[in-house]
Amino acid sequence: MIEIEALHHSIGKAPILNGVDLVIPEGGMTALIGPNGAGKSTLLSLVARLRKIQSGHIRVAGHAVGQVSDQDLARVLAVMPQETRVSARLRVADLVSFGRYPWHRGRPGKADHAIVDRALERFSLDPLRERFLDEISGGQKQRAFAALAYAQDTPYLLLDEPLNNLDIAAARDLMRLMRELADEEGRTIVIVLHDINYAAAFADRLVVMKDGRIAAQGTPGDVITDTMIGEVFGTQAGVRMVDGRPVVIV
Amino acid sequence: MSGRLAILAAVLVLSALAYMVLKAQGPWSFLLPYRATKLAALILVGVALSVATVMFQTVTANRILTPSLMGFDALYVLVLTLLVHSLGASGYAQIGAAWLFAGNLAAMSVLGLVLFAGLMRLAGGDMVRLVLCGIVLGLLIRALTEFLQRMIDPSEFQMVQSLSFARFTQIDGTLLALSFVAIAVALVLAWRLRHRMDVLALGDAAATGLGEPPARLQRQALILICVLVAAATALVGPLASGGFGPSSFFGLIVTAFAHIVTPSHRHAVLIPSAALIGAVILVGGQLVMERLLGFQTPLTVVIELIGGAVFLILLIKRRAA
Repeated sequence: MIEIEALHHSIGKAPILNGVDLVIPEGGMTALIGPNGAGKSTLLSLVARLRKIQSGHIRVAGHAVGQVSDQDLARVLAVMPQETRVSARLRVADLVSFGRYPWHRGRPGKADHAIVDRALERFSLDPLRERFLDEISGGQKQRAFAALAYAQDTPYLLLDEPLNNLDIAAARDLMRLMRELADEEGRTIVIVLHDINYAAAFADRLVVMKDGRIAAQGTPGDVITDTMIGEVFGTQAGVRMVDGRPVVIV
Repeated sequence: MSGRLAILAAVLVLSALAYMVLKAQGPWSFLLPYRATKLAALILVGVALSVATVMFQTVTANRILTPSLMGFDALYVLVLTLLVHSLGASGYAQIGAAWLFAGNLAAMSVLGLVLFAGLMRLAGGDMVRLVLCGIVLGLLIRALTEFLQRMIDPSEFQMVQSLSFARFTQIDGTLLALSFVAIAVALVLAWRLRHRMDVLALGDAAATGLGEPPARLQRQALILICVLVAAATALVGPLASGGFGPSSFFGLIVTAFAHIVTPSHRHAVLIPSAALIGAVILVGGQLVMERLLGFQTPLTVVIELIGGAVFLILLIKRRAA
């Protein structure tokens, strides 16, 4: 369970989060959606302690973020950041191996290698394992970072706009994989998404943000309505039900 | 990789042996200790500067800027000038070598840390800005030093001059022992950071996610870098500013070679590889210049030439990181 309490955050003088209270239950996939600048990514990076909490509290599985040691938290929560800048020249397999770092702190064992192999296979990176990161496409790189987070083998997995730069096939593959992780391995997945339709198709719960606050939350069917789209996103896109789930007509 | 490291080690041993015995003119009883001291200084400086550069490049996530390039050795002259200026030439001469070393080490470590930390903040994660700011900072330190040197009296100036040339020829025994201890301690600590430094190369966000937040690790690494460069500089003098001794490009050449000879992201490989290459370049270079060619030309000139070319190639070749 991720518990967020009275979270305020500003960057420079601009307030980004204005009192967020949110409980994300264990298991399943929760998608954070909202217009640009709503504070989704900031919220995610605060939970993942990529930013320092200015005021408010966050607890992940009972661990208070900011107080629990970074090493311990790395075994509870993995994050796939939006922007990744690797300065070293790495092969795909090397990158994914880093996922095991929180567990072995530099001395990988047999079990670690096995998990890395499984991650490479699961994310269809086996054929690319010996390729350097600068020799693969943006989508493949994205997948490699997702595999890195997967190999970290944590009960909580946070992804910050993982579908950026992905074509429809790659985006669907990645979302389906995340769905599998939630269903088969019981992981709690929190994902920031831009595309409401992907959120509606794959997530169990949606959290809608606007102006640094939670505007709505619930199942896709409950949350995604003509009125919500109008109020939160400020555009008149119609919502239709297709196969029992809402689809926004763009 | 370990095979390549072994080859590098063998090359170093061979060049060290050759340096000791080739072209012996004079009694061995004089030559051996004299050459051994010089050899020890060369290896010590080579290793310290190379390891410092590897760590610096990881901490700043770039492969172009080095501590010397941003004027770290010039800082030594600045500290020296300040000391001579405030104590006077006679006062300076009265302080023992050990105290001077300690004072220099402390002053350079503190100033270096402030400088590096300021640089990182100025750059804000932008590689191009980092390199530019680094070079400008280096120029600033040099200009400041020159300005100070113009203000002190001529006899003091001469003293600074004589002290601020890199001097592999006249190595003080006490100084050698002191810098050996400082460098050895820093190297052991650097070695213990090797796995954590690997993670740092993944970028700030990814490193934090893996439980290795960069800020603390960067500070630890910067302190070690400061001690390494300061100890090496205090031993043989500034390497870049006077144009004697190895040059500002030394670290750059070493890391570029290390990435070619042992292409790995792991610091467990990069650190020993760069250390060995650094020592080989200094010992081997000195061997070739002094013994084989009989040149009086300082090694710097050659390193500067090759280093300039490497610098340009690196700049042109890589757009990012």
